Amino acid sequence: MGGLGHFLERAGFATTQISLVREHTLQINPPRALLTPFELGRPFGAPNEPEFQKRVLVETLNLLTRDKGPVLEEWTEAAPGPKADLEGWTCPVDFGPGMDAVDVNVDPFTAVMQEIDKLRPWHDTAEKKLGRTTFGIANLELDVIVRYLVDFIEDTDAPLPLSGMPRYQAVKLCIDDLKAFYFESALAQPGVATDFELANWYYAETIVSDMLVRLNSVCAATDDAVLKRMSIRGIIPAHQAHRKNSC
Amino acid sequence: MVQVDEFPDDFQKEFRARVMPEYGDAAFVKPPELKDCRVALISTAGVHRRGDRPFTHESGDYRIIEKDLAAEDFVMSHVSTNFDRSGFQQDINVALPLDRLNELAEEGVIGSVADYHYAFMGATPPGKMKPNIEEISRTLKKDNVTAIVLCPV
Repeated sequence: MGGLGHFLERAGFATTQISLVREHTLQINPPRALLTPFELGRPFGAPNEPEFQKRVLVETLNLLTRDKGPVLEEWTEAAPGPKADLEGWTCPVDFGPGMDAVDVNVDPFTAVMQEIDKLRPWHDTAEKKLGRTTFGIANLELDVIVRYLVDFIEDTDAPLPLSGMPRYQAVKLCIDDLKAFYFESALAQPGVATDFELANWYYAETIVSDMLVRLNSVCAATDDAVLKRMSIRGIIPAHQAHRKNSC
Repeated sequence: MVQVDEFPDDFQKEFRARVMPEYGDAAFVKPPELKDCRVALISTAGVHRRGDRPFTHESGDYRIIEKDLAAEDFVMSHVSTNFDRSGFQQDINVALPLDRLNELAEEGVIGSVADYHYAFMGATPPGKMKPNIEEISRTLKKDNVTAIVLCPV
């Protein structure tokens, strides 16, 4: 991010920025930066906290008023929001009776689709509650997404569900859409989960997590350099890396 | 919490120790007074309008975000899994504070908001974005932008 600041200042624009990774920003030494303690993915602190977001933005803009640079200043106040429950967050959706009738190892497509169908009412609620959805970047229905990923695990050369893009990107967009659907469904449910609790649920307790772990293993074993690279941290995030090889 | 502190020790160490490019003496442009600034946002969160081409691995290209793009039209196709997306799912302003910027313009804290904002996909070497930064510099000038807030992810 700081590199863009240097390029834009050379082009004649005053720039100011948020920093989320202090070590990187100190090296790049951008013209102006507010060093924050916020989470990756949340440069303005917390969702649905407009006053807090505005204070962060104003402080970032205020760096533009300094006469000399580089200007690196600290924001030390923690972002508001729920703290992780020591007992962990539990998805209240009952994946029980009937769900275990389909073994994900035998029929992964049906097993995952059963789970998705259980979540659909919550995703409908999420769309209404949030007023939007981030699902849909692959522009495919969920059953097409799951079918492709299941087929890919069996044969990495399975026909692509999307034309005009490389295989790795089709896989990535399908994975991202699944994640968006699950996370948004969980966000609509009662109780407040932190993002870390949501990730712990998604990557450990769901049926789709089994599929993702298998998919990760398949990518790691291919000769395709990009798929192999995706298997490092592109399918299962670094903070969930201990889930790998769990199947 | 998706903090760097939460990464496994080996990745955390490698991530923190990554060597960043050097840029030599930093240019430092003095903008007009804040109340007169016309401000644009540039994000590296890989956000874009639904239906736009998704970002690809190490792509240096950009997407255009119109000033009045509705929240429901935003999606994200950043290649990294290593940051939280649930905040963005709930409120785009946590990553791209368009509503907050418009409020500051209405309150007179800044002069005005640019007609166009821009999004790149981070996790791309800055050198790959440089030609496109030079390109959007021309449109930023036509838009009379005088200050830019850079929003990482």
